[in-house]
Amino acid sequence: MIELRQITKRFGAVLANDKVNVVVKPGTIHAIVGENGAGKSTAMRIAYGFYKAEDGEILVDGQVHSIETPHDAIALGIGMVHQHFMLVDTMTVAENIVLGAEPGSVVALDLGKASVEIRRLSEEFKLAVNPDAVIENLSVGQQQRVELMKALYRHARLLILDEPTAVLTPQEVEEFFSILRRMREQGKTVVIITHKLAEVLAISDEVTVMRDGRVVGSLQTKATNAAELARLMVGREVLLRVEKTPAKTGSTELSVRNLTVTARGGAKPVKDVSFEVRKGEILGIAGVEGNGQTELIEALAGLISPSQLSGEIRIEDRDITREGARLRRELGIAHIPEDRHRRGLLLEFDLAENSILGVHYRTPVVAYGGAFLDYGAIRSRTKEIIEGFDVRPANPDLPARVLSGGNQQKLIIGREFKVNPKLLLVSQPTRGVDIGAIEFIHRKLVGLRDSGCAVLLVSAELEEVTSLSDRLLIIHEGRIVGEVDPKVATIEEIGLLMTRGH
Amino acid sequence: MNLLRELLFPLIAVVAAFIVGGILILIIGDNPLQAYALLFGSALSWPVGIGYTLFYATPLIFTGLAVMVAFRCGLLNIGAEGQLYIGAFATAWVGITFANLSPWLLIPLCFVAAILGGGVWGAIPGVLKARFGSHEVINTIMLNFIAVALLSYFTQYHYKTPGDPIMETVPIGSGAHIARLGKVIHGLPEFIPLNVAFVLALICCGLVYLFLWRTKWGYELRATGTNPSAAEYGGISVRKQIIVAMTISGALAGMVGINEVLGYRYRYYDGFSDNYGFTGIAVALLGRNHPVGVIISALLFAVLQRGGIPVDAFTEHVTKDIVQVLQGTIILFVAAEAFFRGPFAKFGLLKR
Repeated sequence: MIELRQITKRFGAVLANDKVNVVVKPGTIHAIVGENGAGKSTAMRIAYGFYKAEDGEILVDGQVHSIETPHDAIALGIGMVHQHFMLVDTMTVAENIVLGAEPGSVVALDLGKASVEIRRLSEEFKLAVNPDAVIENLSVGQQQRVELMKALYRHARLLILDEPTAVLTPQEVEEFFSILRRMREQGKTVVIITHKLAEVLAISDEVTVMRDGRVVGSLQTKATNAAELARLMVGREVLLRVEKTPAKTGSTELSVRNLTVTARGGAKPVKDVSFEVRKGEILGIAGVEGNGQTELIEALAGLISPSQLSGEIRIEDRDITREGARLRRELGIAHIPEDRHRRGLLLEFDLAENSILGVHYRTPVVAYGGAFLDYGAIRSRTKEIIEGFDVRPANPDLPARVLSGGNQQKLIIGREFKVNPKLLLVSQPTRGVDIGAIEFIHRKLVGLRDSGCAVLLVSAELEEVTSLSDRLLIIHEGRIVGEVDPKVATIEEIGLLMTRGH
Repeated sequence: MNLLRELLFPLIAVVAAFIVGGILILIIGDNPLQAYALLFGSALSWPVGIGYTLFYATPLIFTGLAVMVAFRCGLLNIGAEGQLYIGAFATAWVGITFANLSPWLLIPLCFVAAILGGGVWGAIPGVLKARFGSHEVINTIMLNFIAVALLSYFTQYHYKTPGDPIMETVPIGSGAHIARLGKVIHGLPEFIPLNVAFVLALICCGLVYLFLWRTKWGYELRATGTNPSAAEYGGISVRKQIIVAMTISGALAGMVGINEVLGYRYRYYDGFSDNYGFTGIAVALLGRNHPVGVIISALLFAVLQRGGIPVDAFTEHVTKDIVQVLQGTIILFVAAEAFFRGPFAKFGLLKR
């Protein structure tokens, strides 16, 4: 269907694609995997005419074509769905789909005709997309199907999907995969860019592995396994399972009693939640995203106004329900937030300044009477974090925004570990992080637990939360609906509690 | 490299603005080179030109710093104009009311009055934003109107010399006068109103730098400006930072009163400000919200202001308005930085 031959592309000094060869056979689902920055998206954007390759050629149906713009790609039957959707929120599905390919004459937009076609396609691929719905009222999963529809409406035969599952819940992922399988049955070809190995194995027929801008393997999915793919991606053996000894738990560190969070509109994202976390254990909270996890963690971290809280939060014997974030930090609570760009980092500040957020007013980073920052101490602290947590590039003067997601996350984790916390609140610790770094972060979390810290872990990755946790709670619509033993509970069992609540 | 990049774009903006201005002068019917020679020649001549240029730069440094500090906290202080009027009036009020005190006491008191007056006027929109979330831009604009109207009233009905046709207060006590630099700098005539306030403005630049980049309070203020959610996460009270930043900002603007009242007119003169507060926004913008940049861009604007006078007088067609066009064009080009960034990035001269 499409073939990339010897594609080479540079961005400044960075060789993003180095003689990349990819062969995608018609009627298959082809996965392209690699860590962040391996060049997967770049290669596919070249195929879609977003970037121009400096060298190499693209063959479509065996013919060499020059694809200069996405228009050329669309004309050849190539469609692409980006990681960030390109939809107009206030317009209807039909309006979004025809945008740029409006039917009818210049003066009269024939939406009726479009609607008929959309319904037909929706039927054919079982997309369940209502052409008259307004985008902002749709779930993320539905919006994604609208994006697919946009490509199908333009008669795409090859669909390139860039990290399509990043925004989906586990249930939506299943649904999405069955849509992809239906497309394959109807003769479409699908290229899926991802860094999740489980998905590659679940959905693809063939897989191309990239590392550092090069193709390091082209395999039949049936003939490979997760360990081999991980080794190719990272370039060394990777431990996919978390190794840990049984928890040696101590006294209760955090106790939460009947905690309810009332949002400004009156909704209650967290309802009557009670639990305890003991020293030396990891308590996991599993749940479909948006079921109150964010608010629960923020309430514990002191980021929600006490006027919106009822119930009681205790750290050891002290009631901290009414206390702010600063005092909670002083009592030994560290927090790795789910959204590192919004909460965790000052992107325009350099690594040194980021490494002291939360302790910036305390010894040892202040000196000369407690008012002035001690840059010598700050730099050595930053260097310790950079070395201890393998943050790259290891330059304390770089602004945090230039780091990759995984390195930003390691910087945050290093900063929060550095305060020797008694209680660590962790949300989505490995979201958007490379496999190699995931392994590293998991080992660090287990290590912290073994040193006697209480850890409360929230993650949307079921695999992660079950393998790391010593005990596992399930949250649904703001309530704790069950506790399971992560060593024996099956994914199905947990998944059922997550979606139905009982 | 970093410094170069910081300097490069403002510099390009200024050069581009002068080219556009030059074309305009050509269209009007004068020789641009001659007009510019006149502009810079007079503004940078020693001692009178330089003396006046530095005098004009003084209030712009204060207001530039004021806007900059607020901006570093993520706030747009449009109210420096009102704050500097309040500061000026406060310092004049002290200078009039306690006219008989010894200068050793009176001058510091007058300084404090200017700082407090501006500070309080800046704090009001800060508190309003922190407490009720009302937008500082709207509130500072409104407070500008209130300040101007209120002070006109006080000047007219309470502090004017009876029968004086000019809207100005009675003079402050001579003990409140601060020295003109002509007293200490050889060759600088004393009629030039350049005074100690200029030195004070430079000291303030240093202090603002130290505060913002070397103290924990400055860290908190800047953290709030760049990402309030992350600042909150780090245990920083965003509300407190908003109030602190607006207070400091207002205090800096209020210090314009020291230059104006204690060093120049020795009384409060209604409507004295030549839009210093608003020009301060431009100064901060061109100066990249950095104290050193503020000094440089305040000097540039002062050159335009001072040099505009002879250009008006000695060219056939060009008037002082062309200088304002130049100022405006500079700001447009600074704001359109992305316009320059594009081609530069293309040729690999700059990488982000």
